[in-house]
Amino acid sequence: MLNFPRWAVVAILLPLLIGIACAVPSFLPDTVVGQLPKFMQTRVNLGLDLSGGSHLLLEASTQDVAKQRIANMEEQVRTELRRGDTKIAIGDISSRDGKLSFMVRNPSQVDAAVERIRPLTQGAGLTGQRDFNVEVVNSSTIVITPTKAGIDNAVKGAMEVATEVIRKRIDEMGTREPTIQQQGDNRIVVQVPGLQDPRALKDLLGQTAKLEFKLVDVNANPAEVAQGRAPVGSEVLPYPTNPAGPPVIAVYRQVMVSGEDLTDAQQGYNQQGNEPIVNIRFNGAGGRKFGQVTSQNVNRPFAIILDGKVLSAPNINEPILGGSAQISGSFTVESANQLAIALRSGKLPVALTVVEERTVGPQLGADSIRAGLLASVIAVAAVAAFMFMSYGRFGMYANLAVAINVLVILGVMGILGATLTLPGIAGFVLTIGTAVDANVLIYERIREERRRGRGVVQAIEHGYKEASRTIFEANVTHAIAGGIMLALGSGPVKGFAIVLLIGIATSVFTAVTFTRLLVSRWVRAKRPTEIHI
Amino acid sequence: MKLLKLVPDNTNIGFVKLRHWAFALTALLTVLAVGATFYKGLNLGVDFVGGLMIEAKFETPPQTDKVRTVIDRLGVGDGSLQQFGDPKTVQIRLPLPEQGGAGAANAIVEKARKAMTAEFPGVTFSRYDTVSGKVSGELIQNGVLAVMLAVIGIAIFSWFRYEWQFGVSTFVAIMHDVLMTLGFFAITQLEFDLNIVAAVLTIVGYSINDKMVIDDRIRENMRKYRKMDMKSLIDLSVNETLPRTVMTSVTVLLALGALLLLGGHVLRGFTAAMMLGIIVGTYSSVYVSSSLLISLGLSPATAEKKASKVNIAAQAERMGPRDDGARP
Repeated sequence: MLNFPRWAVVAILLPLLIGIACAVPSFLPDTVVGQLPKFMQTRVNLGLDLSGGSHLLLEASTQDVAKQRIANMEEQVRTELRRGDTKIAIGDISSRDGKLSFMVRNPSQVDAAVERIRPLTQGAGLTGQRDFNVEVVNSSTIVITPTKAGIDNAVKGAMEVATEVIRKRIDEMGTREPTIQQQGDNRIVVQVPGLQDPRALKDLLGQTAKLEFKLVDVNANPAEVAQGRAPVGSEVLPYPTNPAGPPVIAVYRQVMVSGEDLTDAQQGYNQQGNEPIVNIRFNGAGGRKFGQVTSQNVNRPFAIILDGKVLSAPNINEPILGGSAQISGSFTVESANQLAIALRSGKLPVALTVVEERTVGPQLGADSIRAGLLASVIAVAAVAAFMFMSYGRFGMYANLAVAINVLVILGVMGILGATLTLPGIAGFVLTIGTAVDANVLIYERIREERRRGRGVVQAIEHGYKEASRTIFEANVTHAIAGGIMLALGSGPVKGFAIVLLIGIATSVFTAVTFTRLLVSRWVRAKRPTEIHI
Repeated sequence: MKLLKLVPDNTNIGFVKLRHWAFALTALLTVLAVGATFYKGLNLGVDFVGGLMIEAKFETPPQTDKVRTVIDRLGVGDGSLQQFGDPKTVQIRLPLPEQGGAGAANAIVEKARKAMTAEFPGVTFSRYDTVSGKVSGELIQNGVLAVMLAVIGIAIFSWFRYEWQFGVSTFVAIMHDVLMTLGFFAITQLEFDLNIVAAVLTIVGYSINDKMVIDDRIRENMRKYRKMDMKSLIDLSVNETLPRTVMTSVTVLLALGALLLLGGHVLRGFTAAMMLGIIVGTYSSVYVSSSLLISLGLSPATAEKKASKVNIAAQAERMGPRDDGARP
């Protein structure tokens, strides 16, 4: 038990060294860490309570999504039935009780109307699931009811879009590493470190982003455009993904169609079914305007602009009538999907309300770090002195194990990208206290075995062996508590649980395995006949 | 160098004999704690009741009355003030406006800021939290659920691992620790927020740790000394583990003490809860949970049955060359 072959020594020391190495970047200044290769940038993130900043929990109203969906459908139905050679006149449109119903004026056209509406009610996916049910009541009234799956899909879609819109908007603020995450079915968590005043953030989230369609000025001199100069009536806009070279493009100032006229954008495939495209759909007015402009500008490109930046500039291959269009290009499924999301994110698809908000000023955060560090240092020193006084040489082994343990916890947190919060620091301090417990168990057991008259080597072996089982069992139960905290806790509780769980795992290793290595080397080198413990 | 020994070697304290006194005292304290919790109530933070909390840091310690007057003048509802160890820091709590959502909450914060800055130049607002009633309801639900699941999960673990008596005694002792902590918060009226839930869960985890160590030793001794009667066996086990119990509690208290004194005001309630929990947990490990095993009718026979069923391999190992009668 006290014999460690060379490979075992390596197997024990190597992970510890890696853990320690991963902890190092957390102590280096930003500028130095920035120069390290990516895999070495294993830093512990500071939680908002330490770095200062704002945490917002936004909630979307599901009813709102359903309502909007009905309104959209109404618009689409109107457009669809007014289109083509045989217009179908409708009346008595109502959208109460989460249903859309209307009367077809000429009863003989009811079947034709249903036939034409049907495609609108199909889900976007390939599952063939219907988003709406279409029924004919009293032989002339058509009732369109959203299905449960349809609403769920709509909420999911709306949340995806809202998250994306929020991310874009926060990026616009130029803040450092915001965290934006969907939580549950209809919530979004926004965390912005270093933000002192969440009012600005909240204002921003209430803003509407602007989507515009403009014609590209193909007559502009490319050299001048690259320098930011445009002919009269045109303007130069940034175009970060311009395939033609410079990240700018000249467009006419006049707005063809704006984002208010867009009702939907979805990733799809072209007719051959192999190339990803983006399907967009306009409302009535937008469709007419779009048809007009495209008829007059065949073979010229137009620009799709979001917040003053050009997203793409496709060519108009033919007049686009009927209110829907495809944007083709060299898309992958992902980039087409991204563009679709971006197009949809012209505006927040659903009203969001702030249900939770926590802001910590940077001063308090800095104070907390300082206080936490000081407390940790004192705690380590006090525990170390106490261990030395109680167990002498063996106490020092335990202290070394604790010091390494602290670094390894930081390293593991760095690797996982975990966040250190103020309760996390408390978790640290507690871990220091309990990590020592494993050593106390072992050493007390060795003392006992010595009192029972066992020889030095046997007592040590027995002490480690018997105590290890106890330590394992005790730590499993401790981990149960930690796991539950991680699963159910929010915010501060989670931060605490992460440190606790990592600490449980690493401390068993350092306190049991690592100290056993130290003790065995000492025993083999000195062959003591009496130990002071 | 003479090494420090908090607990002398070979103690032989009759814990089991004291158990009726211990049970009575424990029951009394638990009843008091529960009574205090119901009678005085917990000072729940905005995390759990919803509302708006602003933490203001003044340049010089302000007169609380004056701050209260300023807040009352705003006419935004019943405010309450709380001061931490740092006399310059005051926490102001206000109810959340019923309508108007984020905008209305913002307006209140703005109003409070203006009024305070006018009255106390140089005041800074270092923290503020807004929690809506809906979210706070969920937080409280999750908190209670987490604690209950932890206690039950651990009790089930020790039931499967050992005998059912261990599960029950651990469960009782841990419920006692949790209730005592609640009572402490009711009596001191320290703010009970999300962090305290983490503290309670930690107490549960630590206390379990403690009880596991003793339970494990009891089981080991039950196999070692088959003929010994339960009372002296439990006394022996508790005494054997006593040095470790005391050492660990002292080290953890040392670490937490540093945090309590130097860790800043935000963590103070959290640390206080944990220190109390450690003391209570240690007490219940030594006096309550192990003695309870006797009252629950644990006997070597039941243990042996289970051990041979579950853990034949471990027992076989124990039959080996190791001399079981080494104890004089």
